[in-house]
Amino acid sequence: MSTLPDLRPDLAAIAGIIPDGSRVLDIGCGEGTLLAALAEHKGVDARGLEIDPERVATCVAHGLSVVQGDAEADLVHYPDDAFDYAILGQTIQMVDRPAEVIDELLRVGRAAFVSFPNFAHWRMRVALGLGGRMPVTPALPESWHATGNIRNLTVVDFKELVADRGARIERAWYFAKGREIGEFGANLRAEFALFLVERG
Amino acid sequence: MQKPVRAELVEAPYFRLVQAQNMQDPATALTLPDPLPLDSGATLSPVTIAYERYGQLSPERDNAVLIFHALTGDQYVASPHPATGKPGWWDRMVGPDKPIDTDRYYVICANVIGGCMGSTGPASIGPEGKPYGQNFPVVTIHDMVRAIGRLLDTLGIERLHAAVGGSMGGMQALAFASQFPTRAERVLVLASAARQSAQNIAFHEVGRQAIMADANWNGGDYYEAAHPDAGLAVARMAAHITYLSEAGLTEKFGRRLQQRPDGTDGAKSFGFEADFEVESYLRYQGSGFTRRFDANSYLYITRAMDYFDLAEEHGGRLADAFANTTARFCIVSFDTDWLYPTEEGRHIVRALNAAGAPVSFVELSSPYGHDGFLLETPGLDEVVRGFVS
Repeated sequence: MSTLPDLRPDLAAIAGIIPDGSRVLDIGCGEGTLLAALAEHKGVDARGLEIDPERVATCVAHGLSVVQGDAEADLVHYPDDAFDYAILGQTIQMVDRPAEVIDELLRVGRAAFVSFPNFAHWRMRVALGLGGRMPVTPALPESWHATGNIRNLTVVDFKELVADRGARIERAWYFAKGREIGEFGANLRAEFALFLVERG
Repeated sequence: MQKPVRAELVEAPYFRLVQAQNMQDPATALTLPDPLPLDSGATLSPVTIAYERYGQLSPERDNAVLIFHALTGDQYVASPHPATGKPGWWDRMVGPDKPIDTDRYYVICANVIGGCMGSTGPASIGPEGKPYGQNFPVVTIHDMVRAIGRLLDTLGIERLHAAVGGSMGGMQALAFASQFPTRAERVLVLASAARQSAQNIAFHEVGRQAIMADANWNGGDYYEAAHPDAGLAVARMAAHITYLSEAGLTEKFGRRLQQRPDGTDGAKSFGFEADFEVESYLRYQGSGFTRRFDANSYLYITRAMDYFDLAEEHGGRLADAFANTTARFCIVSFDTDWLYPTEEGRHIVRALNAAGAPVSFVELSSPYGHDGFLLETPGLDEVVRGFVS
């Protein structure tokens, strides 16, 4: 395996663990950074779903197979077990029905990677608890009226949702200041979290 | 204003001259070695296919890009039309260094059967020694594609680097992928659908009725007399509206009045002259069309589109039409296209996903309606270039 390019830490963790030749669907794939890296370095059958037409055009122009659409409207049209991995990177906090999206990820994919900003990070707690204002932090840089994050959640909340849906967490990664950190006190210390979720 | 016309005084529309010349010129047309079986059960023979090519076929014969033209298009995709002298209909997309780069690819575009630019169609001489007219058999999109498949066989081109088409050309590209699942490596479908909608059949029927209501129609046997040009022009005018968008028409014409014939500023005539610019534009489109297109071809090709439903022949499951495909697909729709709206594109994408085929899909934003695939639409060139490369 050749060296993977510099990726956002959660994407690098995903790219590091996906086996060569897997079938992967990246939901909210943006301009296809992860897909391109997976296709090039791991021979992955890489597909994407992206809501922004300009980003889709960029992906297609780079030879990637990307469909304009979103997790809630379009995942239902993919067949069962179509992918080894479904990836939902920093999007779960933006959807209307996160629980149903988790179900769909684990229907079209045998396993799912889900990452999100952790709303229980200590900066958030300080901003809200002491400052009395909705937090604006490096991890969540937009103010309450402009943010697309309509379903803010925490590490603990996510674990609970996964259990509720009858799925299980296979592995977890936590990040702060752009680096991976240990699991100890993750709900307080992690700015971002990434989970590998499998069917129960 | 209608004057009686004597047959010998009729100036033949130039499509007939081009048709006759192309059919006989081995540099522009090829006659298939075998009769062509048609979906209707009939057989067409002989079958001449007029086609244009650009670029060089590689020694490995692996760089051919096949372009399918739309309803009123022709094989002159990137070269001047022999009669109108206008640039090819996709000149901005096909050529050296253009998104479909003729320095890299051997581009082929053929006139469909049923057409009037040199491929066998209703204006061709039939077995009775005169133009087929309405004796021409009804052909389908699959028949057109079967003919093209045989053209490729005859040219010794087994595999295509890409098959590309917009509108009816997109239907042919899909039919090609279904008929020949392993023959094209890439299939690019623009502003098209896997089935003709009820609304589109309805628009076509208006056009056909306009032609058949023309006093010169004569059951399609008009080649030695005046052609049903008024009917064909109305058909074209009605269809042309569907190729544009309301916003596009408003932007281009608004309610502006046409300058009067004497050069004075536009004013209402309180009559039925072309007062509005949009009326004048449509009349011009209609009359220009009659000189380059055959009314019978218009009937036959619209009928072929109406019959098109790729799922129907697979028990209603569109995914099964692509069951064994090895191609990558790219489907593009345009947000102001109300003829083949985005939902039609998504319908194809879902079927391809269900079939497990690699597929890309993007809805581009364009003010030009259905014609967005022919014009300068942001993102289109990049998508076409990136996908075809």
